[in-house]
This record gives sequence, structure tokens and C-alpha cells, in this order.
Amino acid sequence: MTLLFYIAAIIAIFSTVMVITRTNITHALLYMVVSLLSTAVMFFIIGAPFVAALEIMIYAGAIIVLFVFVVMMLNLGKTAIEQEKQWLSGSGWIIPSLLAFILLIELIYIISAAPISPSAGASIPPKMVGSAMFSTYLIGVELSAILLMAGIIGAFHLARKKKHVVHRFLQQTEGAEK
Amino acid sequence: MSVISLNTGLIIAGILFSVGFIGVMIRRNMIFMLLSIEIMMNAAGLAFIFAGSRWHAPDGQIMFIFILTMAAAEVAVGLALAMQLYQKFKTLDTDAASNMRG
Repeated sequence: MTLLFYIAAIIAIFSTVMVITRTNITHALLYMVVSLLSTAVMFFIIGAPFVAALEIMIYAGAIIVLFVFVVMMLNLGKTAIEQEKQWLSGSGWIIPSLLAFILLIELIYIISAAPISPSAGASIPPKMVGSAMFSTYLIGVELSAILLMAGIIGAFHLARKKKHVVHRFLQQTEGAEK
Repeated sequence: MSVISLNTGLIIAGILFSVGFIGVMIRRNMIFMLLSIEIMMNAAGLAFIFAGSRWHAPDGQIMFIFILTMAAAEVAVGLALAMQLYQKFKTLDTDAASNMRG
């Protein structure tokens, strides 16, 4: 099981690196699905089966499909891929990557320096999660419902194409001015 | 279930988070930046799950569910903004929208 965990972790890291280096958006989205599925495997192995199922259903099944829909609606062609290649070929990505890498090394050093704490190693059943969510964290559930509502309304308002309403008299006067 | 030390899990979450962070910094396409933000939030959720598994408490999983909800709302609004950007400037380049015109 430990070996399976490390294999899943390596696949997750590799496919995430592939996501941020692709020039074609569709390929990046497919690598993202692989990354999320391997993360779900990690969740399952460390004993969180409920969250593993949620990861597959909501992240890989809903959020990535939303990305795919938007990419389909935008209808980006070959010129977009060429543009991406042009942007990535410059040396602008080296210094930010180096700085983030140094921060990562520091983070890993700090985490490794802490005393090793083995995990409890027992699975947390969905029943426990549900009962805690609807008792201790009830206010959080309600707040996230409000957040989702705000998200729906905001997305609807922003993505709506503005109707170009011009009154015919106004149009005539504009034409007369020209 | 197998025993994975908390340190290993946090290191994996840290690596994934910094990969997403690099993605936000080096890409100029808005959809790639949103995707990188998703990667970062997923990594944060991973850290929560590992910590919850360490203390054998369901709280970490509940935090992950809240992060999931927030990610869904964020990506809906973000993609709507990306579509507006594309309709206005005919490109997904975020530099096209770097000027604020009041």
C-alpha cells in the first residue's frame, strides 16, 4: 500500500508539471484529470474514501468539464497554440521557477526537520464526516450554500452577452450626425 | 490502511502547491492561470486531508469539502470573466486587460 501511495504521488506531481507546460489547453486539461485521479488514489490510501469519491466527482467530473465547455465555446485554433509556444519559449519563466523552487526547498527542509509523526493509519468513514459536518460545522455548510448561490448569480451576470438595445429614434439621430 | 508519515504528505502537498504557483507566474493565458489556481487549492486540500488523517479526525475532510465548494464557485466566476475577456479583446492574454480604464 505504501508503494502504491508513492507511485500515485509521483504520477500526480509529473502530470501537474505537464499541465503547466502544455501549449494546447485540451492536453493540459487531460493531464489535469490524471493528476486529480492520482490525488484521489492518495486520499483513498490514507483512509479518506469519502473525499476520494468527491474528488473524482466534483473536481474531475464537474470543474474540469466546465473548463472543457469554456474551451469549446471559445473555439481557440492553431494560432492560440502558436502564441502559447511563443510566450513559453522566452526566458521569462526561468527566474520565477527558480525562486519558487528555492522556497519549496526551504519548505521541505522545515517539514523534514520536524519530528516524524506517523499517521493514525485508520480509515475515517463517511458517517463520521457527515455527523461532524452537520453538527459542528453547520454554519460553514450554510455559508458555502450562500457562496455557491453568489457564484451562480455572478457567473450568469458576467457571462451574459450584452444585448445592444438602441431605440430607433436614437439610431436615426446617430445616423443623422454621421 | 497504510501508514504514511505526515511529513511525507505535507512535502507532496508543498511540491504540488509550488508547481501551481509557478504555473500562475509563468503563464499568460487566463485559462491556464485558473487551472494553476485549481492545482494550488487542491494541494491545500491535500494538506488538510493528511493532517486530518494524522489526528484521526473528520475535520480535515470537512475543510476539504469547503475548499471544493469554494473552488467550484471561483472557477464558475473566473471562467465567465475569461469569456468576457475573450469577447472584448479577442485574446486570452491577461496583459491585454492590464490597464484600468475607469
